[in-house]
Amino acid sequence: MDNVTLIAIASIVTAGLTIALGSIGPALGEGRAVATALSSLAQQPDAATTITRTLFVGLAMIESIAIYCFVVSMILVFANPFWNHVIAQTAGK
Amino acid sequence: MRLSPDEMIFWQHGFIKLNGTIAFTWGLMFVLAVGSKLITRNLSTELKRSRWQNLLEIVVTGIEKQIEDVGLRHPKKYIGFLGTLFLFVALSSLCTIIPGYEPPTGSLSTTAALALCVLVAVPFFGIEEQGLGDYLKSYAEPTIIMLPFNIISELSRTLALAVRLFGNMMSGTMILAILLTITPFIFPIAMSALGLLTGMVQAYIFSILAAVYIAAATRGRKARPEPMQEMKA
Repeated sequence: MDNVTLIAIASIVTAGLTIALGSIGPALGEGRAVATALSSLAQQPDAATTITRTLFVGLAMIESIAIYCFVVSMILVFANPFWNHVIAQTAGK
Repeated sequence: MRLSPDEMIFWQHGFIKLNGTIAFTWGLMFVLAVGSKLITRNLSTELKRSRWQNLLEIVVTGIEKQIEDVGLRHPKKYIGFLGTLFLFVALSSLCTIIPGYEPPTGSLSTTAALALCVLVAVPFFGIEEQGLGDYLKSYAEPTIIMLPFNIISELSRTLALAVRLFGNMMSGTMILAILLTITPFIFPIAMSALGLLTGMVQAYIFSILAAVYIAAATRGRKARPEPMQEMKA
């Protein structure tokens, strides 16, 4: 198996695995965060604005982890430096 | 498959490129600046006012209230910076309705620039509020061992701000592009609406996080006593 095939296989498989495994954790975390926020809203409805704002900030922080995984996956598929290097090599040959 | 508006080149001379990011950023700046200038030409303080002035007042007082809720005590000092951050990012994602437009925040350059502005603004406001010595001493809180970790956390917060906004904007446009090629037209429209929602939420998150970082930098070790008029019930 030459370099081109090897790099292609590794990039594709890793890109798929990255986004698949990387979205499990944030999804679970966000579910717990929203559940706790809902129960505390039910307990203290007059603190609704503070709770909602804190909920959104917390959700954004949790979401960033999934976004990092997505960015890595996109880089592997569309802006892969190893792929560009090896393609330039075979084009130059 | 275009990854960012950096690759839309409108005009090129040697290595100087006018790409989509620069063109759309300047377009947004033009709309914000000229629009505000036109609306605030004849301000009126009576009950009868133009609807555009009303709109601007709603926006400005809303942002001011949010800044105050976060814990910054004189929102007028910070509303220039934080309000501009919010308005730029919000308008950038709102204009995706216009065909042919790509949000400039979908390019890592723009979001990195905005995050660097926050990185510079936090010590600036901190030093302005607390003085240079007190602010630098706050990096050694609670012990001097935490000094490298505090510095690293500053840098990683900046990186997180940039990548979060970039990832959200880029994923919206990319999913739209992919869906346009394979599904009936109703799905890209639904995804476009979702992209608008996440764009607004991300604009809010970006400015609120910047406000929280500035509030943490200006708070200081001893909580300064609040004026007592809130206690009179």
